[in-house]
Amino acid sequence: MQPDTAASASTAATPGTTDAPAQRLADRARAAVGRWEALLVALILATFIFGQSVSSEFLSADSFTTGSLDLSEVALMALALTLVIVAAEIDLSVASVLALSSALMAALWNQGLPLEFIMPICLVAGALCGAFNGWLVTGLGLPSLAVTIGTLALFRGLAYVVIGDESVTDFPATWTDRGFGNFAGTFVPNTMVLFAILAVAFGVLLHATPFGRSVYAIGANEEAAHFAGLRVKRVKMTLFVLAGTVAALAGIVISLRNSTAAANVGLGFELTAITAVLLGGVSIFGGRGTIVGVILALFLLGAIQKAILLSETISSYWVQIVTGALLVGSVLGPNLAARVTEARRRRPPQRPKEGPR
Amino acid sequence: MNVEATPAPGPAVGEGAGARRLTEWVFRVRELGIIAALALLIAVTAILEPRFIESDSLRNLALNASIFAILAAGQTLVIITRNVDLSVGSVLGLSAFLAGDLLSGNQDLALPVVFVLGIALGAACGLLNGVLVTWGRVPALVVTLGTLYAFRGIAFLWTDGRQVNAETLPDAFLNLGTDSVLGVPFLVLIALVVVLAVGQWLRDYRAGRELYAIGSNPEGARLAGVRSDRRVLSAFVLAGALAGLGGVLFTARFGTVDATAGTGYELTVIAAAVVGGVAIFGGTGSVYGAALGALLLGTITSSLIVLRVEAFWQQASIGALLLLAIALDRFVGLRVDAALRRRSSRRAA
Amino acid sequence: MAEGVVSEAAAALVELRDATKSYGAVRALRDGNLALRPGEVRALVGENGAGKSTLVKVLGGVVRRDSGDMLVDGQSVDFHSPHDARDAGIAVIYQEPTLFPDLSIAENVVMGYHPLGSFKRIDRGAMNGQVQGLLDRLGVKLDPERPVRGLSIADQQIVEIAKALSFDARVLIMDEPTAALSGAEVERLFAVVRTLREHGAAVLFISHRLEEVFTICDTVTVMRDGAVVQDARIADMTPDEMVRRMVGRELSTLFPKQDTAIGAPVLKVHRLTCEGVFVDISFSVHAGEIVALAGLVGAGRSEVARAIFGIDKPDAGHVEIDGRRLPAGKPLTAMRAGIGFVPEDRRQQGLVMDLSIARNATMTRMRALSRLGIIGSGAENRLAREWATRLRLKFHRLENPVRFLSGGNQQKVVLAKWLATEPKVLILDEPTRGIDVGTKAEVHRLMSELASHGLAVLMISSELPEVLGMADRVLVMHEGRLTAELSRADADEESVIRAATGHVGEVAA
Repeated sequence: MQPDTAASASTAATPGTTDAPAQRLADRARAAVGRWEALLVALILATFIFGQSVSSEFLSADSFTTGSLDLSEVALMALALTLVIVAAEIDLSVASVLALSSALMAALWNQGLPLEFIMPICLVAGALCGAFNGWLVTGLGLPSLAVTIGTLALFRGLAYVVIGDESVTDFPATWTDRGFGNFAGTFVPNTMVLFAILAVAFGVLLHATPFGRSVYAIGANEEAAHFAGLRVKRVKMTLFVLAGTVAALAGIVISLRNSTAAANVGLGFELTAITAVLLGGVSIFGGRGTIVGVILALFLLGAIQKAILLSETISSYWVQIVTGALLVGSVLGPNLAARVTEARRRRPPQRPKEGPR
Repeated sequence: MNVEATPAPGPAVGEGAGARRLTEWVFRVRELGIIAALALLIAVTAILEPRFIESDSLRNLALNASIFAILAAGQTLVIITRNVDLSVGSVLGLSAFLAGDLLSGNQDLALPVVFVLGIALGAACGLLNGVLVTWGRVPALVVTLGTLYAFRGIAFLWTDGRQVNAETLPDAFLNLGTDSVLGVPFLVLIALVVVLAVGQWLRDYRAGRELYAIGSNPEGARLAGVRSDRRVLSAFVLAGALAGLGGVLFTARFGTVDATAGTGYELTVIAAAVVGGVAIFGGTGSVYGAALGALLLGTITSSLIVLRVEAFWQQASIGALLLLAIALDRFVGLRVDAALRRRSSRRAA
Repeated sequence: MAEGVVSEAAAALVELRDATKSYGAVRALRDGNLALRPGEVRALVGENGAGKSTLVKVLGGVVRRDSGDMLVDGQSVDFHSPHDARDAGIAVIYQEPTLFPDLSIAENVVMGYHPLGSFKRIDRGAMNGQVQGLLDRLGVKLDPERPVRGLSIADQQIVEIAKALSFDARVLIMDEPTAALSGAEVERLFAVVRTLREHGAAVLFISHRLEEVFTICDTVTVMRDGAVVQDARIADMTPDEMVRRMVGRELSTLFPKQDTAIGAPVLKVHRLTCEGVFVDISFSVHAGEIVALAGLVGAGRSEVARAIFGIDKPDAGHVEIDGRRLPAGKPLTAMRAGIGFVPEDRRQQGLVMDLSIARNATMTRMRALSRLGIIGSGAENRLAREWATRLRLKFHRLENPVRFLSGGNQQKVVLAKWLATEPKVLILDEPTRGIDVGTKAEVHRLMSELASHGLAVLMISSELPEVLGMADRVLVMHEGRLTAELSRADADEESVIRAATGHVGEVAA
């Protein structure tokens, strides 16, 4: 191909996208280490080696079971959040929806309703919360960051209104066993099976359906998506409803798993879920990222957590520090690599001679 | 160049005064609105429960809002540049424990030294955030989400489960959190000084105005020769320093500090700024508005307690207030835009 | 290589010698030679992508040249930031607005150089007074204290010029300042430019409108493919010669027009109105017909197209396809009814630059490509490949993001996206803007071919030769109204320009 050099140059030089060349180099840097997913796999392997070195229990079925159980709800929410963030929006309210769902479960159980009735109600409530977020964002045109900081407080507050500071712990054992137990005699927790099913569903939805294609297009350039006849508002609305519903499902899961339903569950989970999504290679500006990357990031976070918890010498507080550093590093690394490549490639301009000649 | 006069084709009608009055009015109304809401809230609460305006109760209210007002001032600086600092709660936690640890270990340490060290620690955290955002080109949301964890983790490592108690702190320090000067609590005075100083800096100094320019049009700021990176960096450093100051004051006020101090503050602080009229995507808003926002959020909490509304409604009402504020801002903003355009096109026609 | 260099007695205020600049592997600027002397208004012309913007950015200190020399008053300089350029007395008015909508006009003008009072505080009184003085000198009535938000483009440019005056710039560079201005506004701008020239400033004026270049400029620099190819006095040039220099070949190969049988009306626009933008627009486009919508930039043509496709909701009126009325403001319905829309801004509206060629080309056909809701990548690639072949797209791999393609090839992807929907009506807004001459001819041939197969084409174009060469019928808009409907026989340069500038009475469409 004979590139129209001048045209693509002016492309690169347009103000507002002045970082485009650097960004392109960053992309190339990412491509150079294989895909981002490959790097995550390498990090997971490194963590495995590290984990096994600190404790021989690390690579055991038991540590997988306990390690993955702890991340169940965050993992579920991260799936739906992936789609929201790929569409260049954000939902900070998911953990509050989780709490509202748990609180609702407790309140309705106290009313004497059977769990089989309660759970669909919780899911519907979650969907409504999502729809409320979606309406504020698409209907009123408010920025989702501000909206969901507001609904983060609102939904958590409603959770307290529903159940106060009580908690319900007398759910029937058949259900709590399902929440806590393993799948059909394996070492895989039921919650992980649920996660796997949803992961496949969301993976297909994002990567192989017209809806998923629309999500990418909207995230990368909302205006162009609109001009191509995509129903931007409807897609975004659907994403918020999905995020709300999955968060409510996570609320049910956490209540059954811990045999405790209360309004104070899952505090701060929204940030952990977003961390997993971003660490998975999803761009905070939208348009880029894969479900596989997010799943790998969840594995990595789980493995790091487990390894540090099993270690007797390393304080468990390192989990947070390593998580934060990884999150920043996942974006900083490629940027710096691009910087270095750029600097090496570019010859410095010939210095003007000093003084008049 | 030197141009004295050029012909002005077409009649030019003075449109500006009207447009200016309109936007000025909206701007004032934004802050007056919060003051009115605040007055209404206090009045209603006082009528329902007269004890609310007893000096003790108001004093507590002011004390609680002070630390948030300081943090909101710092957050405003960052948000105005189209960035965000989610790490303020963790920074506050670090510096709060630093202050507690220093003083319980050495009762005779001069208090200014503690303040300087606390502020310096905060500024260092802010510097790290700022460097990652400007030099590292990592989005602020990602950076500060990461440092929210990292700083908190460091606080846990450092405290290692320890807690600083009021008994181990020198009285002179604890008195800062309770003493008054001419009836005004010392803490409130500090908050007022900080808010006024930062507010004036933002309003009347070149560097402050450049922060608005960066948030209003980042590319335009670069082309206008604004040294954006340096300014954004300074906003993060200042926000960190103020979070550090907040941490020292936190210890003085509450006496008891562990590694969890300030957990979750980041969202309340951002909420305060946004309720106070600071646009989440930068370019508009003032420190005064943000401080008033912090005061309003604090007052809601206090009045609900006094009115013995179930405490559980607090958080829900704060969330609802935030949504109401941004929805109103959007509505008014659209109206003002339309009005400005009409004026402009009328003039052109 | 530069021919007919102007010999001037005066020393150059600023001069660029053999400057080069590359972005990655792309050489955006080479042989960058340009000198600006006091009292000179110099035109910088060239096709889109010829390197004009890069040259301007080098002069403005936005990007650093890779090699070559820059001299200010004969002294070698090296700009590290726009700040340095400003200190050297060079002001640049960019195409994109660089103002701060939230701040007042006065602050926009003095940003970074606010007059200071005691304690280094900003002296607002002095600031407003100073800016009021500048605005008065420019002869405009604008209140320095009003926010920039809501100002017209023309007024925003006045603010930019005031900014240049505020630091006594000796060199003023204007990147397509007239693109969005009305006739009266252009006159006002030119009056300002002439005054600046009289006072010894140098002006670099970039424009695509050659008639403006011949009106206001003294000298001209022509660029092509990233290089300066000519430097001459305007008096020594003719418009034809200038165009030849810009495109590097004769224009006769352009605009192949086949005669086609005109069929039944397909698109009917009935009294479409959008308050303050366009009023009472009615026309129809028949099968096999190419209708051009001509007029000046800002006349409301693109807005009409957007309203037809449902991007914007009109205040009154409606659109019919084959006699069936379309609901307002629903692009998807318009698309399903058979409208295709190639928008004006390819990079922002036509394509999702980060997505692949295949994804972009099939974006309108996702549902048709899916089985049980799942899109097969095989089907997707087949469809994309089919259209890539038909449109002779030059590409490496279908999986590559479209942003790596040239402007012309990008436009082909947009066309593929819409042709894949097998539309009855194709709306093309500036279909050949910023694409190379060869592709331009291809696009024209394609339009003609599509029309001959019965497609109804509505084309918006600011290029008169394109309008006259391609259209069966020309509709002309002026300030939001249809002012003329000209048949192919009646349409010539003069009649279209007269209607576009409002010099004819209303003609019923």
